[in-house]
Amino acid sequence: MKRLRLAVTYLILAVASFLSVFPLYWMIAASTNNSTDVLAGKLTFSTNLLANVTKLFAQQDVGRAFANSVFYSVILCALSLAVCSIAGYGFEIFHDKIKDCLMSVLLLAMMVPFAATLIPLFRMFTAVGLQSTWLAYVLPTLSTPFLIMLFRQSARSFPTEIVDAARIDGLNEFVIFVRVFVPTMKSTYAAATTVTFMNAWNSYLWPKVIMMSDKSQTMPMLVANLSSGFSIDYGVLMLGVLICSLPTGILFLILQKNFANGVVGAVKG
Amino acid sequence: MAKPTASLHKKQSMIGWAFLMPATLLIVAMNFIPMLQALILSFQSGIGNNLNWSGISNYIRLAGDSTFRTALINNFVYLIIQVPIMLILAIILAVLLNSKDLKLKGLWRTAIFLPCCTALVSYSIIFKTLFAYDGYINTILLNLGLLHERVNWLGNTSTAKIILILALIWRWTGYNMVFFLAGLQNIDESLYEAAKIDGAGPVKRFFTITMPLLRPTLLLTTIMSINGTLQLFDESVNLTAGGPANSTLTMSHYIYKAMFEYNPQFGYAAAMSYVIFILVAVLSFIQMKVGDKR
Repeated sequence: MKRLRLAVTYLILAVASFLSVFPLYWMIAASTNNSTDVLAGKLTFSTNLLANVTKLFAQQDVGRAFANSVFYSVILCALSLAVCSIAGYGFEIFHDKIKDCLMSVLLLAMMVPFAATLIPLFRMFTAVGLQSTWLAYVLPTLSTPFLIMLFRQSARSFPTEIVDAARIDGLNEFVIFVRVFVPTMKSTYAAATTVTFMNAWNSYLWPKVIMMSDKSQTMPMLVANLSSGFSIDYGVLMLGVLICSLPTGILFLILQKNFANGVVGAVKG
Repeated sequence: MAKPTASLHKKQSMIGWAFLMPATLLIVAMNFIPMLQALILSFQSGIGNNLNWSGISNYIRLAGDSTFRTALINNFVYLIIQVPIMLILAIILAVLLNSKDLKLKGLWRTAIFLPCCTALVSYSIIFKTLFAYDGYINTILLNLGLLHERVNWLGNTSTAKIILILALIWRWTGYNMVFFLAGLQNIDESLYEAAKIDGAGPVKRFFTITMPLLRPTLLLTTIMSINGTLQLFDESVNLTAGGPANSTLTMSHYIYKAMFEYNPQFGYAAAMSYVIFILVAVLSFIQMKVGDKR
């Protein structure tokens, strides 16, 4: 009975894993094939990768789009983590009634759908001429209640004696945050990095609206353009999709252990 | 002695404010103020930035807009069909992954979570290509003899919806599973031992121990999923372009169209966005109430 149950478990997990991984495998295989073979259903790797790379880079400014995406996402991620972690720490360590109340108000922002703020944000940024700049990409999603809450939760588990001891040593509050809190909260920072970077990189609706110049195009925008043409080269298209998925995929594989731990922290709260 | 501590407290409180101010101001400027502006905008009409007060005319127009109704219904179809299937799958997978004598846990978990690494645009395009008329799925089904002729999956109103739902389930099940796994790991193993001694079978243990203790996680994932489903955009744009005949068009996609594809009608688009906001708020509120009570 027990053995049967375990066998069924393995079977279900194998099917689920296969279904999850197959489209990704197919994408990678397709990026090494020519368009005809992709459509014919070829599932093995081929030698057309270099030809696809040449074609893709000739058709589109992939280098610039990739560099843009990296630049915007890294800045957004770094600033977001800095601003939200210090806020989360502040909300917890210096908490009083007014600050707790403010925190619950900020949490309401989680319910605001992006479509609702899209129009005023668009008008706001174009009115001051910030369209197509990194500031426009970064500012709307820089501070999120989710991240603040995550760091507030982790500050809660941070022993106050350490803070008090550091104060007696004469360290000022900012130094305590940077030198004592940040280094001990590595796994929370790793989880936050994973989520924030993925959201920043994958962001599509807002960049589609505000990054109007060709120079400011991002990877998701480029890939979307590739797929909307009339005669689509599927090998080239899948290569574009693959390049667009690489950074988030690699980041996740590196940080996945921390990600799971960080989520545990968030769920506990 | 009272005075210095009081001033120390005050000083610390001020430092606290300095710490949380940048994040707070940004949320106010990027969420709350735009929310208010959208509300004001929804009572104005005109083309582009040429706006006049028009009372509730946008909302009246909305009530008679059949495309908006279609988009609203589409969103709810996704919500009602996709969210439960996805969450049930996520719970089942999490419970299986949590079994004690399972080997290769990390491998299974990574494989099932992997779809979440793809950009929303990317996976939309992968599914679009897989299910294209001359795409892989048709080819393989023909070769296996399961189909007699190619099916126009994305060109048919009902199958296009199904493909979009399948794509969503593929992309998000692993993501939700990670939350359930985290929730399961917080449950004390001794509870199960005690239940076993009392003679409770695995099914009974699942419904009397696992499910009640997973309720906070379930609440969190449900709210996130409802929120996400009501805001669907990338998939509608890139997988099906809203078609055929608006059968997969979502509310966010329609708002985008009203803003940028037709004559820019900011007021009308703002009124639509408020409908989404109210729906999200009401549904989250109901969820929290229901989640609290039980």
